Amino acid sequence: MGPIFQSGTESAAAQHGGGYALRYITLAALAFLGAMTGAASAEPPVLTVYTYDSFVSEWGPGPAIKADFEKECACRLDFVAVEDGVALLNRLRLEGSTSKADIILGLDTSLTAEAAATGLFAPHGLPGSSVKLPMTWADPLFMPFDFGYFAVVYDSTKVSHPPRSLKELVEGDPAEKILIEDPRTSTPGLGLLLWVRQVYGDGAADAWRKLKGRVLTVTKGWSEAYGLFTKGEAPMVLSYTTSPAYHIAVENETRYAAAGFSEGHYMQIEVAGMTASSRQPELARRFLAFMVSPAFQQHIPTTNWMYPVIGVALPEAFGQLVQPSKPLLFAPETAAANRKSWVEEWLDAMSR
Amino acid sequence: MAGLWPGAAALAALLLLIGGAFVALLSSTGELDPAGLLADRYLRHVVLFTLGQAGASTLLSVAAALPVARALARRSAFPGRTMLLRLFGLPLVMPTLVAILGLATVFGETGWLNRLGQAAAMQPLHFLYGLSGILIAHVFFNLPLAVRLLLPAWQSVPTETWRLAAQLGMRSRHLFRVIEWPLLRQVLPGIAGVIFMLCFTSFAVVLTLGGGPRAATLEVAIYQALRLDFDIARAVELSLMQVALCGLVLVLLRAWRREVPLSASFDRPAARPDLGPWLGRAGDGAAILGAAVFIGLPLAAVVSAAVAGSPGTVLIEERLWRAALRSIAVAGGAAAVAMALGIGILSAQRELRARRGRPRAAAMLEVSGSLIMVVPPLVLGVGLFVLLSRVADVLALGLGLVVAVNAVMGLPYVLRIVGPSMERTVGRYERLCLGLGIRGWNRLRLVEWPASRPAVGLAAALVAALAAGDLGAIALFGTEDNETLALLLYRLIAAYRMEAAAVVAGVLLALSLGLFVVIERGVGRRGQA
Repeated sequence: MGPIFQSGTESAAAQHGGGYALRYITLAALAFLGAMTGAASAEPPVLTVYTYDSFVSEWGPGPAIKADFEKECACRLDFVAVEDGVALLNRLRLEGSTSKADIILGLDTSLTAEAAATGLFAPHGLPGSSVKLPMTWADPLFMPFDFGYFAVVYDSTKVSHPPRSLKELVEGDPAEKILIEDPRTSTPGLGLLLWVRQVYGDGAADAWRKLKGRVLTVTKGWSEAYGLFTKGEAPMVLSYTTSPAYHIAVENETRYAAAGFSEGHYMQIEVAGMTASSRQPELARRFLAFMVSPAFQQHIPTTNWMYPVIGVALPEAFGQLVQPSKPLLFAPETAAANRKSWVEEWLDAMSR
Repeated sequence: MAGLWPGAAALAALLLLIGGAFVALLSSTGELDPAGLLADRYLRHVVLFTLGQAGASTLLSVAAALPVARALARRSAFPGRTMLLRLFGLPLVMPTLVAILGLATVFGETGWLNRLGQAAAMQPLHFLYGLSGILIAHVFFNLPLAVRLLLPAWQSVPTETWRLAAQLGMRSRHLFRVIEWPLLRQVLPGIAGVIFMLCFTSFAVVLTLGGGPRAATLEVAIYQALRLDFDIARAVELSLMQVALCGLVLVLLRAWRREVPLSASFDRPAARPDLGPWLGRAGDGAAILGAAVFIGLPLAAVVSAAVAGSPGTVLIEERLWRAALRSIAVAGGAAAVAMALGIGILSAQRELRARRGRPRAAAMLEVSGSLIMVVPPLVLGVGLFVLLSRVADVLALGLGLVVAVNAVMGLPYVLRIVGPSMERTVGRYERLCLGLGIRGWNRLRLVEWPASRPAVGLAAALVAALAAGDLGAIALFGTEDNETLALLLYRLIAAYRMEAAAVVAGVLLALSLGLFVVIERGVGRRGQA
């Protein structure tokens, strides 16, 4: 009988008193099967982390983090990757408390209010002071693992006077086009929606009506927009302040730059949390602590192209990036409560 | 053939898969409120736009395909014809992102066309982002498909008919009116139906090339309901609406269809009497060349980006070839399952129509088989996930599920392509078989298989290539080590590696072409359907 089954039985008994007998029989059967194959006792415990696809790809932070964590935890780390943060939340909603996930990694603050409302997350127990963000962090369920700022990235060989504010972007020359993403299907698209809302408030619809003339097209996802941008279809694209760092660090290409906006930049804070149904709560907590340690954080800048949440050395290319004057962010509850009506407002303004 | 049981089995499998998915979704949601949908102003606009753009795209694709297919039917032997037909299989199977970037390279703001214009001191043209862009993309995908689906119709014209026409001294346009048009009327509704459904459910292309949220399809609304709002009831309502609307269009198209009683004939190539005049030659040449250029340029754009993306360093990556192997496995599996399902349904349908005098039941069977195409993949995927996660470990099923979803999505092509061929066989050989007492295995081996081979080859090749380029299904179920070529491509782009992604796109295109050649030749033998 391996440690997996013991801890599983305990937590099952504690949380689901009613299903105890059934669960006990199932576990006993599983343990029997395990004993038959002789594998259960030799297997290390498994921590299952649900995340988004680009995190686990060869160019994402996943592979290095898996190797580093496995070195110190005497466990196996399994990633399960779905399309993106929204898909991650939906997957958990579908699976509910039967989910195999111990950790959900890759939601952002526009999703955390809804994620918390599912009741499927357990407190992480880490002090908010273990991370250094532009604001204080006090969420008991979710811990940030990186953050970034949305920005208009432009091709400096084509744009001689980049916009210096959101206002200049909205009111600028309609012949100079920008590619943006749809807030219904894309995270940066939703980011821009919230950004405009934060800066313009109830005037957001008017701003969108003005900006509409400058928009070459609204793409399904970031990949389409950025692909068309690098093909030269439009001189500007909605992306992140860190995007130019990739081109500088990997391609030695300095033509792409992010425009700094005087009103400030809307933030994306990516977070992880542990599930209440986890059968490895100790291991899950250990992973979250590892997540905000240098061993994990050092991989973030050059794989996820985002800022780390603790003070680790940044690569040289990050020194050339625009530093947002003011971070903008809605409280998760505000973003969740208003998203639907703000998306409708956007649809209305953009489809006239 | 073997009566009704293969069809019944295939239909049962489908019902289990799709019905199960819907029931599972409905059981995890509350009440449906279809009336609420009608009150949504934006949604009403989206429905009208979806119908309009799908109708226009279908009309344009078919109208443009007719002269091209006729030209190809008339000029049955010119150098490069076989290759051209195979290239025609490619646009449809390209991942949409690759197709969009390819089209932008040719028709975009800074595309080849505009650069050519610039060299000639012309104003740049802006037409790729807007309704015109959607239409260009949809014609790019569907014109070649329509040509491939139309071509076999000409081969069903009996030799005697051409001979008679020659004796009567019929000219080209008479031939078209008296012989070709009635035949086309038999197949056009089905082909238009497939294309309509493809355009109706088009998603990323409409969103990205449409210029803004005014251009959106019902599929976008379904995606939003199921993903962003996690409103399963609404997603199910919208999906049912989509199935109902497309079903209505299919039924209307069928009503326009006319059956042509075919006389017995032998498959000898027939020389039609209107191949001589230079005007016809020039016209055919222009149609073929025009289509080849329109289809070929975006493909060339993809290839040129692949060559420019330093293929040397990418092609030696082991993971690329592992991903390619997985794509081939998915492709082969999906093609095999789709063929089994499709031929089952078709033989039951033929049995109902030809032997038991139940044409309406036969039509129902075919329409329901085709409608699978408009069940949104996301809804099917989430439904299957809910269904299966109650009984099995969905992750462990991995690529098997991807194969199943792709097979189901490819089924309408099988019905469209193999169906007419099986109908013709019954028309030609039924009496002969009855007279000689050929049945069962012998009939399959001696009559059905040789006659349907080219069609089966084309259908299998198309389904395989579609599955190879699929991303929808694989992105749904979550992945551990299931990286296919399409997934690798998207991962590269998400990691800013546009050049490497361009190389993978080239490999994917080459793989699709390879699958086409191997399957069409291996299965179809004669190499053209």
